[in-house]
Amino acid sequence: MVSRHSDVIISVEGLRTQFGSHVVHDHLDLEVYRGEVIGVVGASGSGKSVLLRTIVGLIEQAAGTIRVFGNDTGQMSDEERRSTEQRWGVQFQDGALFSSLSVLQNIETPMREQFSLSETLMKELAEIKISMVGLGSDAAPKLPYELSGGMRKRAGLARALALDPEVVFLDEPTAGLDPIGAAAYDELIKRLQQTLGLTVFMVTHDLDSLHAICDRIAVLADKRVIVIGTMEDMLASTHPWVREYFHGPRGRMVTHEA
Amino acid sequence: MDARVSDPASFVMEPTDQGFRLVAQGDWVIANLDLVDDDLRGLNGLAGREVIMDFSGVTRLDIAGAFVLHRTLRDVENARASSGYDNVSQDFQILLDEVAANDHPCDQEPMPRNSLLMVLDRIGETVEHSYQQARSIMNLCGQVVVNLGQTVKNPRRLRVTSLFHHMEQAGLDAVPIISLLTFLIGAVVAYLGASILRTFGAEVFTVELVGFAVLRELGVLLTAIIVAGRSGSAFTAQIGSMKVNEEIDAMRTLGLDPVEILVVPRILAFVIMVPILTFIGDVMGLFGGILIAWVQLDISPGMFLIRMNEFIPINHFWAGMIKAPFFAFVIALIGSHEGLKVEGSAESVGRHTTLSVVQAIFLVIVLDALFAMFYIEVDY
Repeated sequence: MVSRHSDVIISVEGLRTQFGSHVVHDHLDLEVYRGEVIGVVGASGSGKSVLLRTIVGLIEQAAGTIRVFGNDTGQMSDEERRSTEQRWGVQFQDGALFSSLSVLQNIETPMREQFSLSETLMKELAEIKISMVGLGSDAAPKLPYELSGGMRKRAGLARALALDPEVVFLDEPTAGLDPIGAAAYDELIKRLQQTLGLTVFMVTHDLDSLHAICDRIAVLADKRVIVIGTMEDMLASTHPWVREYFHGPRGRMVTHEA
Repeated sequence: MDARVSDPASFVMEPTDQGFRLVAQGDWVIANLDLVDDDLRGLNGLAGREVIMDFSGVTRLDIAGAFVLHRTLRDVENARASSGYDNVSQDFQILLDEVAANDHPCDQEPMPRNSLLMVLDRIGETVEHSYQQARSIMNLCGQVVVNLGQTVKNPRRLRVTSLFHHMEQAGLDAVPIISLLTFLIGAVVAYLGASILRTFGAEVFTVELVGFAVLRELGVLLTAIIVAGRSGSAFTAQIGSMKVNEEIDAMRTLGLDPVEILVVPRILAFVIMVPILTFIGDVMGLFGGILIAWVQLDISPGMFLIRMNEFIPINHFWAGMIKAPFFAFVIALIGSHEGLKVEGSAESVGRHTTLSVVQAIFLVIVLDALFAMFYIEVDY
């Protein structure tokens, strides 16, 4: 599925993040290739979401370099930062929709801030995005609190896709969804990734998602990425935590079915 | 590095036998669409012609770019069946298919109707809302009274830690600001009295002016207004965020009564602390008056106090103090009530916090007026 391994879109080298004296990552290295779906797994508190937030610049690293599209995020000018932000989309765990705006306005917001498009065109594009993420046309005028958890996630994804980004970051996209909803969401991400040629960076706990849509999996433990590779590599790994995770009762169910 | 702006989107129209050939060029991505969108909309009038869209010059395409081209083809009136795309690469075709599959206009927000009807509609809504609001406040008030009754019967139900916490936050922490503001207002009243009464040679009546005004009205009213803005709003925000966070629902499922746990300690803390704050406000207001009388009128503090003792009976002090617990009850009740009415979002917390302050101050002043009428009737 992934044939263009040479093309690195995000690279993290020697990353260290810490809050006060609490070190979350130390000497963490990670490369993400263009066009792949990479899943980041790890125990609760191992810093998966922190890694995502550090890459998109919400948390400042204590040491190390992060390159996105080849630019060092630590040394970007404001102008470069802006143009980089136009090329990625972030979906937060519970959507993080702006609570005072309707779904349609939420999706229009990034377009309005970044480009000078006409109101009509923004609305038309937002409608396409709403339909693409599988929300019904009745969702557009609703306010976030009127949506169910699954719909909020979809609306958050639509907003992340508003600028037709090259990379999307997903924070636990299937957490809190029922298995059918989660499977449908996996399908959606896979379909969007294939049609749009997206690179997907996904933090997840969901073994089914990992199995269904991830090209590669990175395991975070001991403050680093300890193993990275395909599902087969994970199953072959001898690291105790990785064995426990993928060979535990829940892991076996998924891998045996396949 | 950023290739998005390097190659702007453009198109040319080439006439053909049957109609037009739209040759698109450059990067048809969202950042470039403002360049072509208006021109594309201008093509809608090409009635009955064949339109072929030629993608041979397109270097990049995204969903937005695919959409505007799809829309143009869709909107060209009576385009012939032979209209369509040409020279489309496989990657672009995927995007065009995706767009075509998802071209569903969304539901509109309802259009505004007749303006007269809308005015009537809003008046009706407001009246209905005020009625519901009054009912729901009375409802909470009833719950609080029942809860207080049960607490009296069984004092162990009282949340003592919470009570003292709120007494500190809403009471003790408010002492500096209340002292300062009542001091200033006392001084202002004295100054006003001094400058006006002097023209009649009656400056000595400044003592009565300050005494009556501060003890009967200003001390308690200012305290209530500051407390409403400072702590009543905090109650709404605290309870409101708990509501958003589903903490209130969690309490209910655990068999805990939010009124007992959240509202009763706050109301009790207020009813205890506001009279004390009012007393401090009275003292500081008089102090401000004494200072100005001394500086401006050469009425020494000793004389001021002697005159006050002689001409202002103690019942004026009580007339002010009696109001304090009532104001306290109303402010805490409104603050908690608005907090419990928060729904869903952070915006709702903000709206109800504002409402809580406005309603509390409104009710405090209305109540004050009622007290004034009552005192006149009973000649107190």
